[in-house]
Amino acid sequence: MAVAQVLNSEWTKIKSVRSTVWTLTMAFVFTVGLGFLISLLSKDQFSKMNARELQFIDPTLTSFAGTGLGQLAMIVFGVLVVGNEYSTGMIRTSLAAVPRRGAFLFSKIGIATLLAFAVALVTSFVTFFVGQAALGRFKASIGDPGVLRAVFGGALYMTLIAVFAMGVATILRSPMLSLGILMPIFFLIAPILGGVEATRKIAQYLPDQAGTKVMQVVTPENDVAPYGPWGGFGIMVAWAALAVLCGWLVLKNRDA
Amino acid sequence: MIEAVGLTKRYGAKTAVYNLSFQVRPGTVTGFLGPNGSGKSTTMRMILGLDRPTAGHVTIGGHAFRDLPNAPRQVGALLDAKAVHGGRSARNHLLSLAQLSGIPASRVDEVLGVVGLQDVAKNRSKGFSLGMGQRLGIAAALLGDPQVLLFDEPVNGLDPEGILWVRNLMKMLASEGRTVFVSSHLMSEMALTAEHLIVIGRGQLLADMSVKDFIAANSAGFARVRTPQTDAAQREKLSAVLTEAGGQVLPEQDGALRVTGLALPRISDLAHEADVRLWELSPHQASLEEAYMRMTQTAVDYRSTDDQLAGFAAQQGPGALLPDAAAPVPQPVPQQGWYAPPPPQPGVPHPGVPGSGPVPADQNPYAQPVQAPVQEAAPTPPSLSKSDDTTPEDAR
Amino acid sequence: MIEVAGLSKRYGQKLAVDDLTFQVRPGIVTGFLGPNGAGKSTTMRMMLDLDRPTAGAVRIDGKRYTDLKDPLTYVGALLDAKALHGGRSAYNHLLCLAQSNGIPASRVGEVLDTVGLTAVAKKRSKGFSLGMGQRLGIAGALLGDPQILMFDEPVNGLDPEGIHWIRNLMKSLAAQGRTVFVSSHLMSEMALTADHLVVIGQGRLLADTSMADFIRTNSRSYVRLRSPQQERLRDVLHQAGITVVTAGNGTLEVDGVASEQLGELAAQHQLVLHELSPQQASLEEAFMQLTAGSVEYHAHSEPASGQGWGSTGGEN
Repeated sequence: MAVAQVLNSEWTKIKSVRSTVWTLTMAFVFTVGLGFLISLLSKDQFSKMNARELQFIDPTLTSFAGTGLGQLAMIVFGVLVVGNEYSTGMIRTSLAAVPRRGAFLFSKIGIATLLAFAVALVTSFVTFFVGQAALGRFKASIGDPGVLRAVFGGALYMTLIAVFAMGVATILRSPMLSLGILMPIFFLIAPILGGVEATRKIAQYLPDQAGTKVMQVVTPENDVAPYGPWGGFGIMVAWAALAVLCGWLVLKNRDA
Repeated sequence: MIEAVGLTKRYGAKTAVYNLSFQVRPGTVTGFLGPNGSGKSTTMRMILGLDRPTAGHVTIGGHAFRDLPNAPRQVGALLDAKAVHGGRSARNHLLSLAQLSGIPASRVDEVLGVVGLQDVAKNRSKGFSLGMGQRLGIAAALLGDPQVLLFDEPVNGLDPEGILWVRNLMKMLASEGRTVFVSSHLMSEMALTAEHLIVIGRGQLLADMSVKDFIAANSAGFARVRTPQTDAAQREKLSAVLTEAGGQVLPEQDGALRVTGLALPRISDLAHEADVRLWELSPHQASLEEAYMRMTQTAVDYRSTDDQLAGFAAQQGPGALLPDAAAPVPQPVPQQGWYAPPPPQPGVPHPGVPGSGPVPADQNPYAQPVQAPVQEAAPTPPSLSKSDDTTPEDAR
Repeated sequence: MIEVAGLSKRYGQKLAVDDLTFQVRPGIVTGFLGPNGAGKSTTMRMMLDLDRPTAGAVRIDGKRYTDLKDPLTYVGALLDAKALHGGRSAYNHLLCLAQSNGIPASRVGEVLDTVGLTAVAKKRSKGFSLGMGQRLGIAGALLGDPQILMFDEPVNGLDPEGIHWIRNLMKSLAAQGRTVFVSSHLMSEMALTADHLVVIGQGRLLADTSMADFIRTNSRSYVRLRSPQQERLRDVLHQAGITVVTAGNGTLEVDGVASEQLGELAAQHQLVLHELSPQQASLEEAFMQLTAGSVEYHAHSEPASGQGWGSTGGEN
């Protein structure tokens, strides 16, 4: 069984369902749209700031403010790509066609990851330029130190969120259950824990809190994170890898 | 008694049911047949007042369903076994239905016992198999002890024991004088259950008659004749004689002959004259399936291609690799139940089927007895071949 | 050829499949029968390595399913018509299966045509009826032109035309030398389709035998005779030591003697026969007899409520 065949098959699968189109479209629209709006609002806020405060503004990160919502669409994308196999029963047909479960899972996740990265990359650059346009005189340039890394990192962040979701969906084998767990984590629990001083030490190791670091160009005033942009990103990669690994073990050992 | 008069239902431009008039009488099981998309479900739904007819009307015991006083105690229906709140237990599901129509709770436990679900009565129906769901649906239909019962594909998902049970249940309900109206795609099952048939195709009535008449009107019976296997010449001789006498003779897979157009006594007679001994001479009536296929073949929505293996390398005809076919037998009858010649394809006259029009029952070629002695002897009992297990019971 | 050797599957306390050993041979249609909960589906799933056996193994042409290169070209299976993504079109569903096993895309159109779904190939399968879904599942099984085919309740939801079609399809697949393994609850349908039977009950093998033998072993068979010289015929049979039962409308029934023998006997005595037909019980009767002890949900006779309905259980 050539892996190329399986990749080809998974590509057909992913492009032949509507959920792929609408989740990825939503990821783009939310990230760009919200980023633009917040950049517009931030421009007013920045113009009222004094020079000391202006040291710590991060126009790049500001334009990525929509990521918080856009990542939810990415989670839905990741969950549905894997979870729909289970909820529809397609998994039995798929595994009968590709009984090597590792080849099946990694091809599926690989193809979905590539597609997510392509969309995220476009989203990231569009978000940056649209956001900077909205920021007017506070804007950063793509050539500034760290900016290109942050924009590229934004795309990687979105992609890894989807990969993490795919891993979780493989473990839980149900899209509803996966969304029921992932949505509150990323939408409520992580931001709340990260916002409270006492729990921040733990929260900063959560995938989204750590991963967001890669989009920072300017280190905030009272930053306590013991890791840099790539360090944070590394933590997120570890999370995603762990989720996928656990998913693979579950798929490998359980009855379909 | 269910009575439909000029029943018509249109969905936009498509007419699902057109000018349907029929009666479903009490005391018998009436089968409701038709290809997919022929309007069976729509008709069932109109009977139960779920869909409104565009024209015409349908009544149950003289009343429209919606006007029936306490309908659940007069009409019981199983339309879709999955129309149950999965989170509720079987018993609670039935209890809620019973309370709606003032049926005592004790009846709930009774019907649970009748359908064999008493052990899982407290379990949520979400975990039920299709067969268990079907039993629960039947329990709900029986709940109000109704005089009129409608079942849509009742044996769906049931195992053989359940199928037998449903069949006997329906017959018993009918024998108690109830009106039992059953739709099904399973012809062999219908042949065992129903006495009367209503057949529709493309929303229109195709037949409303007893099962017996339906088969007689839509298919031809035949005789299966077997000569001693040890002597191939006898078979050839008999075949020639029968053909000469006006019969149509087709070879079967196991070496027997399938004879149409000659009565059994006449075949016996001819065999005697030709000095051929017979090892088998059985009358076969065509199956309900065959009769049905003949009648509805123009009214099918999704038809498969005739060549089922268009893309396959090996394209031998059916039976080409069977050992029996190695014998010099021209055009063996496809082995599909041994008794039912395949329905003729449009434009291709089938040799075993004289005339495509209905054959009145009184023209059954086996009706007039003629005498003829059979002679000679050499008792060598060979083993029964596989085809012998077809009985006329199977061939209803 | 499918070989099942010592196959067992345990779910918690329950042994769903218990030391099952049998072979499914090419060239014939093998029926797989058993009451609900007998372990049929579990066995079929283990054949495709969807469920892992607790003990024992399944070999497909001598190999483990997992080790088959492009398994769809060896084994085509219809296990569950609903095992597909409803949002995908029929064509794309088959295309992704074809691609995963290196089957040319042109084959997709062919099998769609074979099952009669060409007209709805681009429609999403969500809107399909059960019968159409079944046809799509069958198309998936035929996709790789496999030598082994497995069907679990293939006629589910099909209309009579579809039932007729799938029956002939299975027979012609077997006639081409393929291995056809089919499970069904419809005994009358099985009687028309299968040549060989594997019967299980409560996870254990109850029978592995030809259809004819199965019916012969598990039910009564007899020969029906009709003659214008009925009295003489009766005497002749009596003299030969053959027990005769007089049935209704002038027929005689003889148990335990082959029709060949009776034909020769009649010829010997110059007796006219108007009917000489071997009769056999139905497969259903034979099956009921065999599995009477291993049914999970038994319908019970009506409790003594006097209402007068109810069921006659399995053995009536």
